Amino acid sequence: MKTLITVVLSLLMASFGFSQKAINETKKDTTKLEEVIVVSRRKLSNHRQEKTLSSIDDYLEKSNKVTMIKRGNYAWEPTLNNMATERLVVTIDGMQIFGACTDKMDPITSYVDVSNLEKVTIGSGQEGTEHGHSIGGGIDLKLPTSKFNGSGFKSGLDLGYETNGNYKATGLDLTYTGNIFFITTDGIYRKSDNYDAGGNEEILYSQFEKYNISLKSGYKFSQTQHIDANLIYDKATDVGYPALPMDVSLAEALISSLTHYYKPEDKALKSIETKLYFNTITHIMDDTKRPIVPIRMDMPGWSDTYGFYSKAHVIKDKHRLILNLNGFYNKSLAEMTMYSNNPNEPDMFMYTWPDIRTLYSGVFIKDDFHFNDYETLSSSLRLGYHRNKISKAVGVQSLQIFHPEVKDEQDRFLISLASTYQLKKENYDLSFGLGYGERAPSVSEGYGFYLFNNFDNYDYIGNPNLEDEKALEANFNFKQKFNDFEIGITTSYFHIMDYIIGDLAPNVSSMTIGANGVRVNSALDHASIFSTYLNSSYKISERFAINGTLGYNYGKGNNGENLPLIKPISYFAEFNYNTSKFNAALQLDGNGNQSNYSSMYGENETADYAILNLNLGHIFYNKLGKTVLKYGVENILDTNYSTYADWNNFPRQGRNFYVNLSFVFP
Amino acid sequence: MKLKYILPIAFIALFFSCATDDDDNSSIINEVEGLELIQTIANGDQTIELYNEKGFFETGYNHISLRLKDNHTGNYIEDATLSWIPIMQMPTMEHSCPKSAITKALGKDTVYEGFIIYQMTYEDGSGWSLTLNYNINDTDYSVTETISVMQYENQNSASFMGNDDTKYIVALIEPKDPNIAVNTMKVGLFKMENMMTFPVVEDYTITLDPRMPGMGNHSSPNNTDLTYNNADNFYYGDLSLTMTGYWKLNLKLLNENGEVLKGEDVTDENESSSLYLEVEF
Repeated sequence: MKTLITVVLSLLMASFGFSQKAINETKKDTTKLEEVIVVSRRKLSNHRQEKTLSSIDDYLEKSNKVTMIKRGNYAWEPTLNNMATERLVVTIDGMQIFGACTDKMDPITSYVDVSNLEKVTIGSGQEGTEHGHSIGGGIDLKLPTSKFNGSGFKSGLDLGYETNGNYKATGLDLTYTGNIFFITTDGIYRKSDNYDAGGNEEILYSQFEKYNISLKSGYKFSQTQHIDANLIYDKATDVGYPALPMDVSLAEALISSLTHYYKPEDKALKSIETKLYFNTITHIMDDTKRPIVPIRMDMPGWSDTYGFYSKAHVIKDKHRLILNLNGFYNKSLAEMTMYSNNPNEPDMFMYTWPDIRTLYSGVFIKDDFHFNDYETLSSSLRLGYHRNKISKAVGVQSLQIFHPEVKDEQDRFLISLASTYQLKKENYDLSFGLGYGERAPSVSEGYGFYLFNNFDNYDYIGNPNLEDEKALEANFNFKQKFNDFEIGITTSYFHIMDYIIGDLAPNVSSMTIGANGVRVNSALDHASIFSTYLNSSYKISERFAINGTLGYNYGKGNNGENLPLIKPISYFAEFNYNTSKFNAALQLDGNGNQSNYSSMYGENETADYAILNLNLGHIFYNKLGKTVLKYGVENILDTNYSTYADWNNFPRQGRNFYVNLSFVFP
Repeated sequence: MKLKYILPIAFIALFFSCATDDDDNSSIINEVEGLELIQTIANGDQTIELYNEKGFFETGYNHISLRLKDNHTGNYIEDATLSWIPIMQMPTMEHSCPKSAITKALGKDTVYEGFIIYQMTYEDGSGWSLTLNYNINDTDYSVTETISVMQYENQNSASFMGNDDTKYIVALIEPKDPNIAVNTMKVGLFKMENMMTFPVVEDYTITLDPRMPGMGNHSSPNNTDLTYNNADNFYYGDLSLTMTGYWKLNLKLLNENGEVLKGEDVTDENESSSLYLEVEF
């Protein structure tokens, strides 16, 4: 490990060292320098997506590296490199925001909608540490950039309907863009009844209803400076979770930010962006719709985050530098009240997150050094100070039941390092990267108290004394072009030390009625996660193309047990027909048999499956503007299936006809 | 921000500095501050005042403070020796209950203290009387008065017959205000030698298994069995309570040789031990 840090540091130093030599070299083509190197970046453009009104979840699932864990038809949890929320850093335009549900029913991605965003930046592993420390990577949901192009009023209307679940979605957006001022507002409403799995099997408690409104405004007070204010309000009610014992009656978020941009002209310093933000989440679980429960309970949770970042872009000779100074303060509180079935006994109460305060401040430096037109060395470093405090004395005392040595405060110093060498030639691309990263345990991992996980059917107890989780990472990507045929491979390997996972507490009885027992968060000495994807595409003609992906993933702990939620062999094939006004795609999506499942963590062997989808799209132009029509059939063969990422193997949607209609008025 | 802390301190400082200036012969210290008067028992020249935290007797452990007042001078007598005999009158017999000696309260001039463990009562609180014997300046006095003892809402004491044909009484003393934490549990264990004598039982072990019958009868981790402490003659152990609510503390009484005298293990088939105490918070 030490040697790797040394290697990465020396690479970093080396790249800074090059700057001295490079000063006198001729200027490079700026367009090349502007190129952003991210592993994956998807534009949320209306017209490229299969469904105009697809949710963020749908959209993320299309990405190669991302898999969504599903507990219902709403609020899916993204995973990257087979790692979920606690090992990722998911941000909204650089803003830290943390879910308020102890049972991960509200991933951050559920509090924004496509209408709020412009694109999603995904950084795999240590390439995703611009906004925080992670092991698996970072997902940043980017808000639209400000425009002062004087294009005046614009509006758009989206309508969507899907037969399966009687799903309705409506979106409306209005924009005024002046030369020094703009204001844009949009709203989206989605409602779905229970959906049917293959073979008309109704999945109870799979309904949801949500709306999202956002307001963004900007004022440009000089050629070099402007300021933006952004407000997102998202409210979901009546969300069913068929895979869980409880539903959600309210998931509400208010996300606000104020950003100042400074863009000096003709200087090495290209921009400084400073944001102040605040967000607050209220999450209320609900079991009133379930006819039979062992005991009625209330489980509300709250999460408030205050933060800032200040980010500078510097382009100097062959260097492209990003400096990011950020900090946040989060307050997470969740409680549980159980209403006794015996009227003579009082209600039972506990704090499941005993008011945990997290303070973080850190600095991120990244340098892309362009040796020449083909070669780039990207190096990044993040240093951070992380502090947790248990604000409620009862929280300290309750955790002391399990861990006699619990202090109410815990300080950590975290480091992330990464270095990637990239070679881009006309016919092939190649990149090789190394990284080392650390992360602090999440609030649940550190401080959760009797959090019931119905995946393995155990109650989980946090452990404030956990070591930082650390990972060594190596990745390799290669892409070769042969005329119209392209083939590529992406691989990444993680050697994770002090891998945080629940450890069976043999003599402790579970609190949750019917649970198998209690697991106390602990760490495996080390674990390995490997993933590789083979991508290929062939352009048969100007209009016809086929592409395919084959994936293999592996995850094992040093105890010889498989890690949970590791994707089995997966494949995807698509046959495309494209013209400027019409497109059609036939997709085959499937997984192999999940033979390396983790029985220790509640998994069983999920059978292989394959489904067929057909997507069609038209664009019409008329006097009023542009009309986009998207329609198609998902799961054409009405297969009844579930994937390894479906919580407790609850089945996915059966055959579904959808139609989306978008009007864009200039 | 600090102002809100400083201001009250400043005011308090001001107040006390004024107060001490005004009356030099210092205000009378109330030695029963925070306690409620249960009852006064008048006996000729003296009156006995009985106090505890709640202002009434309950079944189970009662920590009691007493004062003895000279009715002529109005002063409290500081050098008396006292003892007491609580008696429960039943239709066919009468009996007493476990109790301590009465001693001078530590650091106090006028207050005496001790405990009585009432193991039962009638529904209306009747049945008990308290006899107080005391000696002032070599003169013995005695008074008996009816008292009322209310039924405590939970089972905070239990009297039972052990396998050794001995009747025992176990009473919960702490935790008085349980928390979601590892609480110190303190109980008293006495045996009924005869109707009037209830000596402390030494060096037995009381095993502890707290359960929540309202939530699948689950237990909690890291409890310890109660062991005898010869410094104060009570039994001590750790009681982990993982949430608020109703907890049944299932007990087993073991003698010095580890033989079970009363109580059973809690299993899937056996929901509760026949020997238990209760807490609710």
